[in-house]
Amino acid sequence: MKRMINNISLCEPLYKTLPKKVLIKNGTVIDPFSEKEYESDILISNGKIEKIAKNIKAEKGCEEIDAKGLFVSPGFFDMHVHLREPGYEQAENFVSGTNAAMAGGVTALAAMANTTPCVDNKFVYNDIKSRVKGLLVDVHQIPAVTIRREGKTIVEMTELVEAGAPAFSDDGSGIRSSETMKGALEYAKMFGTPILVHPEDHTFAEGVMNESLSSTELGMSYIPAIAESINVARDIEIARYVDGTVHFQHVSVKESIELVRKAKKEGLKVTCEVTPHHFSLTDDMVRTFSTDYKMNPPLRTQEDVDAVHKALKDGTIDAIATDHAPHPSEKKNVEFDFAPFGVLGLETMFSAGITYLVRKKKLSLMEFLKKITVNPRKILNLEADMIKKGKTAELVIFDKDKKWKVDRRKLNSLSINTCFHDDTHYGKVLYTINNGKIFKA
Amino acid sequence: MDDTVKGTKLLKTKHLLGIKGMCREDLELILQTSESFKQVLDTPNKKVAALKGVTVVNMFFENSTRTKISFEMAEKRLSADVVNFAASSSSLKKGETLIDTAKNIEAMKIDMVVMRHSTPGAHKMLMDNLNSIIINAGDGAHEHPTQAILDLMSIVQKKPNLKGKRVTLVGDIVHSRVAMSNIHALKLYGAKVQVCGPSTLIPKDIEKMGVEVTYDLDEAIRNSDVMNILRIQLERHVGASFPSLREYHNYWGITNEKLARAKNDILILHPGPMNRGVEIDDDVADGDHQVILDQVLNGVASRMAILYLLSANIGGAK
Ligand SMILES: [Zn+2]
Repeated sequence: MKRMINNISLCEPLYKTLPKKVLIKNGTVIDPFSEKEYESDILISNGKIEKIAKNIKAEKGCEEIDAKGLFVSPGFFDMHVHLREPGYEQAENFVSGTNAAMAGGVTALAAMANTTPCVDNKFVYNDIKSRVKGLLVDVHQIPAVTIRREGKTIVEMTELVEAGAPAFSDDGSGIRSSETMKGALEYAKMFGTPILVHPEDHTFAEGVMNESLSSTELGMSYIPAIAESINVARDIEIARYVDGTVHFQHVSVKESIELVRKAKKEGLKVTCEVTPHHFSLTDDMVRTFSTDYKMNPPLRTQEDVDAVHKALKDGTIDAIATDHAPHPSEKKNVEFDFAPFGVLGLETMFSAGITYLVRKKKLSLMEFLKKITVNPRKILNLEADMIKKGKTAELVIFDKDKKWKVDRRKLNSLSINTCFHDDTHYGKVLYTINNGKIFKA
Repeated sequence: MDDTVKGTKLLKTKHLLGIKGMCREDLELILQTSESFKQVLDTPNKKVAALKGVTVVNMFFENSTRTKISFEMAEKRLSADVVNFAASSSSLKKGETLIDTAKNIEAMKIDMVVMRHSTPGAHKMLMDNLNSIIINAGDGAHEHPTQAILDLMSIVQKKPNLKGKRVTLVGDIVHSRVAMSNIHALKLYGAKVQVCGPSTLIPKDIEKMGVEVTYDLDEAIRNSDVMNILRIQLERHVGASFPSLREYHNYWGITNEKLARAKNDILILHPGPMNRGVEIDDDVADGDHQVILDQVLNGVASRMAILYLLSANIGGAK
């Protein structure tokens, strides 16, 4: 069993050095930044895009990738990941986590701060930064909003922004104090840096699943929809008051979505993301009692899933992000009440989108790709214009229609807690390229 | 006695995890067999050899005097070898896991497991990991199937045809495993099921289960043929959604005075243990309409039937 690889040093990066010259032949370039889709070859030289044109002739020593029938897109960005390092390396670490990422076409990700120690100062931040250097996947560490994520004292944001932090988040818990939230949004406004909010009113957070007919029949303790929407409403009010920039993580209920829709109409600086499990599954899955369906926010009702689809389509939901939350099997393989919240996501983000959004005609391929390429980068103020001559080749080559069965034993994460085990997915990433490195499926 | 039950049909279900998903034929077979065992309990010997050589372990991760004694009695009346294991659910969080604990006990050659646990679905984990027959003696607020079966038995003894009859569950529905199992069982028998209690003790969307909801006890008393009075857990409630036991008793406690408006043949059940003076008054608990002690005896008889019928699957549960 994969979980037996407890020795982290056994976990090797799955990428290889990119040859000096690589020619991607006959692919269809799909560029969510310019919203263009066109047949073209791409020549990569020393890790950078040298030429985008039809019928590029391969020079001597140039390695060719035959992309006939395949799409070439900018690398995916997952703006919500728990890499578990430092502190919980038996669940995931930088190498295993980024292996999972590249297998899912994710070339860049934002890592949350609920590690041990918590990323709440420049020294921990810089240490992590130095340790994720040189990987294929760009790891953008997101520092906490408050010291030890306790919701009381805000972190040294100026220094952290200077060190490179693109945003702040206490993800894992909501910020209880409205006063602290106001302070954080107001302070971060100086740098135009967003606060990423895990919207949850802690007074409702005792439950293990959504409050619905399912929780009633299962007799499970529950988390009502308003546990989320109350917090969304509050933080929209605060953002309006201080003119701050707020991004809501993993929205899951129709009430939150409606609040964000209104705030956007008003012109407030509000964005939000949704996870693949919240656009593909409902709380009916909990009836299996499998702890692979225990996550926070919990799976919601079909009505909520429908609202998510509509909000993805009309742009209310800006980004898709996985909330990749590995847990070792000994922690998950216990009674439902005792298991930790969270499921894997990196390796199935793309295929879940193709399977549950694109093939079900909820989004076009282009619309879907925008949510996992351009938009998250824009929210974090990172460069989003990627398929251009002279830019680093940060690309994914995928087969949109390839059918495969998700098998938790074959995933690259150290953990196996996927909510898509045995599910038939469409869409497979075949090559992931970034930072002069290449991953081949 | 053995002859009266031997040669009967087999249950379709291999374990008893919940009433949900069971078929009426299974319930009928259990009730019919229970009546035979009830006759056994009326004989001087009170015992049969039906489960001789079968080992049953009672794993109770929550306090329960009543259900545990009832199961133990049923097992001993059937001549099974009985092992008891009690621990708190919280010990499972810290120490050995449930699966390890159960596998260890099973390795000592047991055949059936009766378990009470605080987490809904804990029994499914056992079923997936053991070869033994699993019987649910209560999992959180999910199901308590043997309670529903003994309640059903107690009702059907007085009202053989439940079709169209209204059965009301009164009180704490949201925290009650008894309520869920009763709803499923009663619906299989064609009864109209109603729940009555303060709005904060009625779980979300329960009407989508085809259940009527009322907050008005007087209305419920007038229109019910049977009332099952659920226990108010004294330690759990008072707070954001429950003002006081005093108010509860005044508006939802069953008193003889309120019962005056009921149908003449209304039946009163209580799964026990009772909080006299809270959800039920003395004069009702000891009055003419109640079948509370019948429930206790039926509990032993029906658990004998369940153990006996499920034992047919020993060695071949999977
Ligand atoms: Zn979160």
